Amino acid sequence: MRLQDIKVQLEAEQVAGSPRPELEIKEACAADLMSDVLASARPGSLLLTGLTHPQAVRVAALASLAAVVFVQGKEPLRDTLVAAEESGLPLFVTQLSLFESCGRLYQAGLRG
Amino acid sequence: MRSRGAGTRTQLTKLEELLRELRVEEVMTRRLVSVSGDFTMAQVKELLRKHRISGVPVLEGEALVGVVSIEDVTRALEQGEMGAKVRDRMSREVITVFADEPAVEAVKRFAHTKVGRLPVLDRGGKVVGILTPGDPVGRAFRVMDLRYREQEQQRWQQKGLGLEDLLGEGASLVLRFRVQGEDFAGAGKASVQAKRVLGRLGLDPGAVRRATIAAYEAEMNLIIHTRGGELTLEATPHSVVVEAVDKGPGIVDVEQALQPGFSTAPEWVCEMGFGAGMGLNNIQSCADEFEIESEVGRGTRVRAVVHLSQSGRKDRLNR
Ligand SMILES: Nc1ncnc2c1ncn2[C@@H]1O[C@H](COP(=O)(O)OP(=O)(O)OP(=O)(O)O)[C@@H](O)[C@H]1O
Ligand SMILES: [Mg+2]
Repeated sequence: MRLQDIKVQLEAEQVAGSPRPELEIKEACAADLMSDVLASARPGSLLLTGLTHPQAVRVAALASLAAVVFVQGKEPLRDTLVAAEESGLPLFVTQLSLFESCGRLYQAGLRG
Repeated sequence: MRSRGAGTRTQLTKLEELLRELRVEEVMTRRLVSVSGDFTMAQVKELLRKHRISGVPVLEGEALVGVVSIEDVTRALEQGEMGAKVRDRMSREVITVFADEPAVEAVKRFAHTKVGRLPVLDRGGKVVGILTPGDPVGRAFRVMDLRYREQEQQRWQQKGLGLEDLLGEGASLVLRFRVQGEDFAGAGKASVQAKRVLGRLGLDPGAVRRATIAAYEAEMNLIIHTRGGELTLEATPHSVVVEAVDKGPGIVDVEQALQPGFSTAPEWVCEMGFGAGMGLNNIQSCADEFEIESEVGRGTRVRAVVHLSQSGRKDRLNR
């Protein structure tokens, strides 16, 4: 699924990072514990999380993830936006809950 | 002189190309501050100050009806009419741009109209963002910079150069970072920086990923559990060695600390997504060799070695 399709599914908006609408995403991971992300997310995955501080972006960059979505309309902190701009990692915000977001993406064919 | 002129010209052409390629949507600011016609000029002044912006769109429901700017506020102030409604002081002639237009259209509109901001509309007429004159070019330069960095890295990888080609057999490259205890804001920066450097050297990306994840977990432990310490990553032609050393407090029972789920992390870090008791386990599963020594009152040393895959390097050489 392309990043652009994920954006549409989640009614999300991109708030930082490189525009990469055509980027192909095959897997996603949902977690609020950083060690869980590092232990289980495979490179190229999408991260869905409720944590909006810069650690979420740094962890995603270290794990070579493709993009990050903040759920529940949570506003990223300023430092988080800066971290995303520095690494180029596309960062999105959706108003949907974590549960709803995962449900929609699973329905649309994305796997964990 | 001649070559410099040519260089500037290529950059300009690239910029123009990029401004044609990027859509307004990709360069605009999405977090939209707006007012309704019922706001007073005094309220507008507060809003502009709070968000450090020079103007906002005026919406009635979802419809864009005008723009009110710092100039309008200044005029109201001079005339002593800060209680006046925005509806009566805004400019109604709003120049806009569509979200799916190329960014270069916005640049032209700024040049031709001299407005200070362009509200961005979707094709349904809904306001979805705003642009200021510096946005399209600033954003394009950032994208150019990122692409350049990516290409540079690819060039390195395609050449298939290993560290020994760069440094010679027996030499190694050491990255050393001082990590402050409890510096949560800066946490992880060292490891992210290390990943960038090692990646640019064209080392096997999988190995770099594992080494810098291990470095990150060790770095976070220095920040959360100690008063600070030193993190080093040493790259040799065959491995990356990650080491974190601190001077205390030390670990009472190392066996126990290595149990998945064991954690003494304070409440405040748990709220930030840490303290699962998985960090040391993550280091172990990323590393090909792992060592930990600790003495209460003296400090802790964690060492993890990640072997660089030789096959990965051959793959690149064969390409
Ligand atoms: N450098 C250190 N100095 C003192 N204690 C440490 C150090 N590193 C780890 N520990 C102890 O070992 C425990 C387990 O560490 P580990 O990294 O596995 O989990 P955590 O840091 O508690 O949580 P997580 O890493 O999942 O966010 C810690 O809670 C702490 O008590
Ligand atoms: Mg830890």
